[in-house]
Amino acid sequence: MPQNDATQRYLGRSLPHDSAERHVSGRALYIDDMPEPEGLLHIALGGSPVARGKIMSLDVRDVRAAPGVVAVLTAADIPGKNDVSPAMGDDPMFASDHVEFVGQALFAVVAHTRDQARRAVRLVKTVIDEEKPSVTVEDALERNETVLPDYAFGRGDVAEALISSPVQLEGMFNIGGQEHFYLEGQVALALPGEGQEMHVHSSTQHPTEVQHAVARVLGIPDAFVTCEVRRMGGGFGGKESQATQWAAIAALAARVTNKPCKIRLDRDDDMMMTGKRHEFRVDWKIGTDEAGHIRGLDLSLLARCGYSADLSQGVVDRAMFHSDNAYFFPAVQIASRRLKTNTVSNTAFRGFGGPQGMLAIERIIDAVASATGRDPLDIRKENLYRSDGAVTPYGMPVEDYDTAHAIIDQLEREADYRERRRAIDEFNADSPLIRKGIALTPVKFGISFTLTQLNQAGALVHVYSDGSIHLNHGGTEMGQGLFQKVAQIVAEEFGVAIERVRITATTTGKVPNTSPTAASSGSDLNGMAALLAARAIKSRMAEFLSTSRGVPVESIRFVDDHVIVGDARIPFSDVAKATHQARIHLSEAGYYKTPKVEWDRAQARGRPFYYFAYGAACSEVAIDTLTGEMRVERVDIVHDVGRSLNPALDIGQIEGAFVQGLGWLTTEELVYDNKGRLRTHAPSTYKIPVASDIPEHFKVTLFDGANREDTVFRSKAVGEPPVMLGISVYSAILNAISSLKPGAQVPLDAPATPERILKAVQALGGGGGF
Amino acid sequence: MSRATISFLRRGKRIDVSDVDPRMTLLEWLRLSERSTGTKEGCAEGDCGACTVVLARERNGRLVYEPVNACILLLGQADGTEVISIEDLETAKGLHPVQEAMVNRHGSQCGYCTPGIVMSLFALSHARPEKLDRDVINDALAGNLCRCTGYKPIVESALDSCSSSLPDHFDAREGATLAELSNFRAGEDVFMGDDSVFFAAPGSEASLAFLLKSHPDATIVAGATDVGLWITKGLQDLKKIIWLGRIRSLATIEESETSLTIGASITHQQALPRLSSLDPDIGELGRRFGSTQVRMSGTVVGNIANGSPIGDWPPLFIALGATLELREGFSSRKLPLEEFFIAYRKQNREPQEYLRRITIQKPGADDHIRVFKVTKRRDEDISAVMGAFKITVKDGLVADARIAFGGMAGIPKRAFNTERAIIGASIKDIATWRAGAEAMERDFEPLSDHRASADYRMRVARNLVIKALAEIAGVPSSTTRIFAHREATHAAE
Repeated sequence: MPQNDATQRYLGRSLPHDSAERHVSGRALYIDDMPEPEGLLHIALGGSPVARGKIMSLDVRDVRAAPGVVAVLTAADIPGKNDVSPAMGDDPMFASDHVEFVGQALFAVVAHTRDQARRAVRLVKTVIDEEKPSVTVEDALERNETVLPDYAFGRGDVAEALISSPVQLEGMFNIGGQEHFYLEGQVALALPGEGQEMHVHSSTQHPTEVQHAVARVLGIPDAFVTCEVRRMGGGFGGKESQATQWAAIAALAARVTNKPCKIRLDRDDDMMMTGKRHEFRVDWKIGTDEAGHIRGLDLSLLARCGYSADLSQGVVDRAMFHSDNAYFFPAVQIASRRLKTNTVSNTAFRGFGGPQGMLAIERIIDAVASATGRDPLDIRKENLYRSDGAVTPYGMPVEDYDTAHAIIDQLEREADYRERRRAIDEFNADSPLIRKGIALTPVKFGISFTLTQLNQAGALVHVYSDGSIHLNHGGTEMGQGLFQKVAQIVAEEFGVAIERVRITATTTGKVPNTSPTAASSGSDLNGMAALLAARAIKSRMAEFLSTSRGVPVESIRFVDDHVIVGDARIPFSDVAKATHQARIHLSEAGYYKTPKVEWDRAQARGRPFYYFAYGAACSEVAIDTLTGEMRVERVDIVHDVGRSLNPALDIGQIEGAFVQGLGWLTTEELVYDNKGRLRTHAPSTYKIPVASDIPEHFKVTLFDGANREDTVFRSKAVGEPPVMLGISVYSAILNAISSLKPGAQVPLDAPATPERILKAVQALGGGGGF
Repeated sequence: MSRATISFLRRGKRIDVSDVDPRMTLLEWLRLSERSTGTKEGCAEGDCGACTVVLARERNGRLVYEPVNACILLLGQADGTEVISIEDLETAKGLHPVQEAMVNRHGSQCGYCTPGIVMSLFALSHARPEKLDRDVINDALAGNLCRCTGYKPIVESALDSCSSSLPDHFDAREGATLAELSNFRAGEDVFMGDDSVFFAAPGSEASLAFLLKSHPDATIVAGATDVGLWITKGLQDLKKIIWLGRIRSLATIEESETSLTIGASITHQQALPRLSSLDPDIGELGRRFGSTQVRMSGTVVGNIANGSPIGDWPPLFIALGATLELREGFSSRKLPLEEFFIAYRKQNREPQEYLRRITIQKPGADDHIRVFKVTKRRDEDISAVMGAFKITVKDGLVADARIAFGGMAGIPKRAFNTERAIIGASIKDIATWRAGAEAMERDFEPLSDHRASADYRMRVARNLVIKALAEIAGVPSSTTRIFAHREATHAAE
């Protein structure tokens, strides 16, 4: 493996995204941009108008008769299984008996134009015997309905630890969900082939799952279905399990009409029909000593999962796995419930539950700081994992706890935390209307799929006889720069110019049985698989040259598009040609599985994560106590990506993730009414951050350190961990409100919208002006 | 004089369209007819900016480059302009400087919002702002959502590339473009379609009167920033559309010593310099109105005609004092603005009438203006509560007060009780502020919705009275607000 920076040609370099020039010129093709095949038909969906009830009748006669309509599809038209779920079999493609959320797909219209299809949908006559829906966590608790069994783990005698603690606190707070708001909505194009073959272009993070679902719905073997994805216009977890349904509908339409069929969800439909980040209610009790050192924690995570299981097992598990964040609890109990509500099924979202678990403990730490009258940063630092307490509540040793200490210390120094804390206290003492707050919060995020079998990947590398290289792997490109990172790895290994490496669309036809591009694992897994493939071909080339030229194989080097063999410097393309002529195979399927990970969920024992990624953020905010408006004034971040494969792409991930976390905790509010209807289903009402929400001082520093584990180039995963850096903003808001009445607990739910901030301000006796 | 086509320039060539649905949007034409798929649809409601294209048009003898949301702009509204889309920026010599900067700064990740962002930056670079700072750039980008980057590299791209005075290939052929555009003759009526389905753009008010008389059922559009959504979201089958954009007599702003008169087809962007000069808070309200793209197409009078309870101009204009002119045929009537709003979505307007212009009273020497727009997100958001204050102070006493709110009732409405509670009182007296705040409870019974609860709206409205009066009494706004400090604005001037 390449180890020496001095000889690196591509690794560690800030190359632009592989499609950057195509992005900025409009030449990058997304599925809806591809030239439309002859006879293409368009699909629009009809959804349930109510959240819970029995379907009495679904009359589509007028729909069928509408101009341009070619077919109307319902559950009765499905030749295979009416199931597009990732695992549990509880997500029908079309509801056929009961409806379980507003917008649940009932039927599809296939028409000559998209406009005709959308208009025809509105002609349906649906009769549903409506029942009162469960909308909130409390509704679900009252009905005692869950999508999966409860689960808990912990250690020690928590009750005893709490009772014997000098400081005992308890509380409850709510954490809001989050819409992915990928700019490219859900889209798929299905092309019927010979016999029963089906080729599906899908904007999905999980082509294999799309392949499986299409095969299942059509009742054909997986081998008849190919799923291809060149790029997505954003994913963020929203296209991990929930791109499947639309692709399967397109495939069914293509099967029934024997024409190519395209589906592209309207933004409102997308927001109503696809799942989001899980809302949580957190019930907590904590016991500490007088200085705020934690003795015991009792945490209950009540997740609002929506109508079906989807990925809620893993999501809520990951919330539990991150309820410690970077802190050691001598005694701890973490319980969870996966509650069923009559709302869209919540799903993966960057962080996959981790952010909610982490927010819970950071929120509690801020409460401890208020109660003990100490600086929250001191409470944080003194509770970190350290040598005499470095085992997580799920029994995994934290071997690199010192990384958290080093990052926090560096950030505290570089962000000038103590001096700014003093300045803010001074400012607040003399400012009746505007209050400021500051917070420095850490992130420790476990890297690996907690479902161990997913920690594997394949890649396919061909060297053609002209020396050009075809690169393919199971990872998907959703903007994160995975394709470029893997191309850098392959170019480095062959010692060739990156232009020689042709990046190709992900397809189940080339690399089978892939895992989703998720859990931040894209470059760890696929980068390593591609490296192993490249290395195997390179070895064969080297052995051939060694034998044919009588030079020791160890002395052969691949540099600058040449191979150095003894005194000879042979162009790489000549070597490729000669190797092929010698009848040596120049193609390789690379395969990698993550070492060390094993997790026994039933026993709550093992090592679910290969390693941890760390980071910390320091944010300062100002709030207006008359309106609740908030402004982020400054953000500093130190984040650990191990040894960076591409610093520019990594910093892009960190900045973008931070801002996504900021949005989740401030302006992004999902509002459901009591009938379970989402009232914020478009960007006019659902507000993700815009440019002016970002402070001028927004500084990201990469932590200088290699991964202690043997990952590709000793890099670390970066996709998800920095989302949780956004918690520093929320904490700073708490801090600002807290200044109104030091010592008091701040009743602030997330997201901290102006309304919630004002409510909390009023609860602390502020908000009335002078 | 009449033309039966919608006509515009594409890549220097004239395009005449005669056979499309009047509802067709510019985005649909680009993607489905021309098959130029670089421009994306992200939301189809003018909020995300992925569909941003630039319309180059002649204004005061110069060619200006206006970014618009193609998703809610009717094709006919492009009449008389050059339509510039993302595909047009690159030349045989390579990428445009704003594109190059976006590549160098890593300004794209998934790339889907990128064409729209590039077009906004392209327009900014052609606007040649006097000073190019973060605020100017944030403003230019307020209508472009990016979910990947967190905006920092995009803002840096703009800093790198948008101040360049180097001419690009559009500048190089500016003269030719202006000459081509001058062929679309002013005053000419445009009528595409037939008597049952048409897109009409009359060239004069006389033609408009004639059309409205024959087609009282037609939909009048100016900027279509709302009507566009009736089409894309509501799937309304609008068959007859009359666009005001070609009528010169409606495209005027007149200013006198005491008033400002804004014609029906004046966009927010066109009106903004004059409105901003009245007070920095008005400038800030205008800056936060929609987004650059929305301000480039939407009109001031349209924001009134639309009758929304959460439009931002009506409460301000009611507070300032304003008169509407409505016209039917060749006769006009005038109406104080507050009397135009009757009830939720119901206005004092006859089917054949159109809003011709609005006359706004300028504040006098003793008048103090304060405007507060409270939203979940600072930029490109719709008001939860919007309060506008005109407080006349003489000898330390409140001599007169006009206070109006949006978001607090089914219509934009004056707070008469609050006004009465403070008139005659001392502006410096905190008791005055409190009395004003308390009277608010008698003025409004706000609703709860997804933007805010009734409690919050009332609390904020009360607090805004305190904030406004405190500031007018002399408390520096640097201690009363976290955004848009008035002192900074004055200092900058």
